[in-house]
Amino acid sequence: MHNNPKEPLIHMTRRGALPWYRAWGIRLLAIAAALLVCALITTITTGLNPLAVYATMFSGAFGTARRTWILGQDVAILLCISLALTPAFRMHFWNLGGEGQILMGALATASCMILFGETLPGPLLILASIVTALAAGAVWALIPALCKAKWNTNETLFTLMMNYVATQLVAYFVIVWEVPKGSGKIGIINQSTEAGWLPVLAGNRYLLNILVVAFLTVAMYVYLTYSKHGYEISVVGESEATARYVGIKVPKTIIRTLLLSGAICGLTGFLLVAGTNHTLTTTLAGGQGFTAVMVAWLAKFNPLHMVISSFLLVFLSRGAGEISTIYGLNQSYGDILTGIILFFIIGSEFFISYRLHFRRPHRKDAAQGSAPEQKSAPEQTGTQEQGGKSEKGEVTADV
Amino acid sequence: MFDFVAFIPRAVAQSIPLLFGSTGETITQKSGNLNLGIPGVMYVGAIAGVIGGFLYERACGTADNMNPVLTILIPLLCCLLGSLLMGLLYCFLTVTLRANQNVTGLAMTTFGVGFGNFFGGSLIKLTGADVPSIALSATSNMFRKTLPLAKTTGWFGKVFLSYGFLAYTAIVISLVAAYILKRTRTGLHLRAVGESPATADAAGINITKYKYVATCVGCMIAGLGGLYYVMDYACGVWSNDAFGDRGWLAIALVIFTIWRPDVGIVSSILFGGLYILYLFIPTGMNLAVKELYKMLPYIVTIIVLIITSMRNKRENQPPASLGLSYFREER
Repeated sequence: MHNNPKEPLIHMTRRGALPWYRAWGIRLLAIAAALLVCALITTITTGLNPLAVYATMFSGAFGTARRTWILGQDVAILLCISLALTPAFRMHFWNLGGEGQILMGALATASCMILFGETLPGPLLILASIVTALAAGAVWALIPALCKAKWNTNETLFTLMMNYVATQLVAYFVIVWEVPKGSGKIGIINQSTEAGWLPVLAGNRYLLNILVVAFLTVAMYVYLTYSKHGYEISVVGESEATARYVGIKVPKTIIRTLLLSGAICGLTGFLLVAGTNHTLTTTLAGGQGFTAVMVAWLAKFNPLHMVISSFLLVFLSRGAGEISTIYGLNQSYGDILTGIILFFIIGSEFFISYRLHFRRPHRKDAAQGSAPEQKSAPEQTGTQEQGGKSEKGEVTADV
Repeated sequence: MFDFVAFIPRAVAQSIPLLFGSTGETITQKSGNLNLGIPGVMYVGAIAGVIGGFLYERACGTADNMNPVLTILIPLLCCLLGSLLMGLLYCFLTVTLRANQNVTGLAMTTFGVGFGNFFGGSLIKLTGADVPSIALSATSNMFRKTLPLAKTTGWFGKVFLSYGFLAYTAIVISLVAAYILKRTRTGLHLRAVGESPATADAAGINITKYKYVATCVGCMIAGLGGLYYVMDYACGVWSNDAFGDRGWLAIALVIFTIWRPDVGIVSSILFGGLYILYLFIPTGMNLAVKELYKMLPYIVTIIVLIITSMRNKRENQPPASLGLSYFREER
């Protein structure tokens, strides 16, 4: 069997669960490496001092009380979407349709506010908005879920397409309801009456959203970790055959989970329209349905860890936005930095779930044809690896 | 009467970026990699070509000094190089480091679109050029050169001959891709890798090599779509976000063609047609309805997706291991 007497240079094996502090340590190292690369790129392309750029980034996120509140609001919204996607992801159902489900929730809310703004009393109007928003988001997720449950239709592609159908639907209604006619915009809905607007808590219009999402985070954690539904989701995700064998109804679980997932996305749409923006645009979700996928994945689908990962991504994008404003760079500069940092974090996941064994140098008996026993403490020979990766290779090799 | 002679060339012009994108993505997906970074790759391909063309045009000064061969080659090579790098990045993360493909792809799209818009918006400032906007008319004229026959053969010339060379390249590439996938040993191996990497591995096929090559070639082809868009369709003018959601539409097209690049030629034209149908349908003053027409390509894709899964025919299914990383020791 062993035709090649040479042992491969690097051999990898899957490792068991790392303690959480080790895993986050590796991630932090990756982020540090990413920031280093970003600093290099910043200096090369623009000739700015990277330290000053990072200081700007920090002040862009936390500089004033208002900025901190906006940061909180953005984290809350991104976290809310990630929470919505998580149950589906735990089931290995790749719901990339967050964008569309949010838009549908937002559309439902806006339509309630516009159509019933003058007829329904305040609390009832908000209730109606919530119910329709949840329903609209749920329906948008239900369609792919039904097809997945019945015919095993590829959900990644299906939910992706649903986003654009929702975008065009919103575009249609934006023109139908545009104010003033011909502007192509809805403008602030019910600006004078504030009908259907969520109340402002303690003088801060972001506070309510943040509280709602904080509650939701805990609730989702409990639901996924301690409830029977959460258990069923995990089993279906790990192995459908096992789930069938132990008597879990797989189609029912898929549909129920996606209804929940879509409904929370719809809730996000509601929070955006009724809580903060008070208007409807096709770019309302702004790609956060996709960013949330990364947030959820980075946190390994743990709702509590998502607080950290969503904070990280929002901090980066707000900070990078500030850089572009201050230094007169194009707004998209932030996307480049975010992209680079994401690549590093994505890459670092490898070192969390796999372990590298390097070939031991100068072993003459290795040529005998029998594979030498793999011991768990390989030498630190990570230097053959390229560039910035070598440092991480060594870090993980001695774990 | 519906004006087909005006409609078809515009539909074709719309379809070429989609055709490039979907051919590239089909090859990628056949190796089991679901590259959701294609929109980003197409942006990078486009902007890399623009940067190459821009620098060359500036170096030459006037259009008369420009060598026709170099005018074409420099943007073309830059574009291929840019998209190749994106492909390598994707492969390194998903194949070598076994990262999640969806997440990697989405991150690549964020990065690629940002990269394109950043350099598109700041290229002038960064290079200190004294021009108001990026308009590579001389380069674009080279890319848009048609056969001399196109002007003299009436409607036939307009419908079939009025496109730049990249449009015909797209068709040739998709035919070649279809042939390779279906009729050659390489294609057979590639499909095996996408369907069941463990089996292919047991049969002695180098999984890593096939995944790398297929994804990188796929990315390079997709990148050409971006180059075509900016050099030919947009007449060499870069404007941020103008490329829009065509990258996602290209992914939709892969499903629509049930993973067959040759079907892609006709269906991309159909998609291109659906994409601009709203311009040709008389809706009067009702602008809102036009927005609903723009939904058509996506709805059609969804319907195809559902029908193929309902009929459950083996040959029409996505590659079985699509989206999954392969780790030999985990069989």
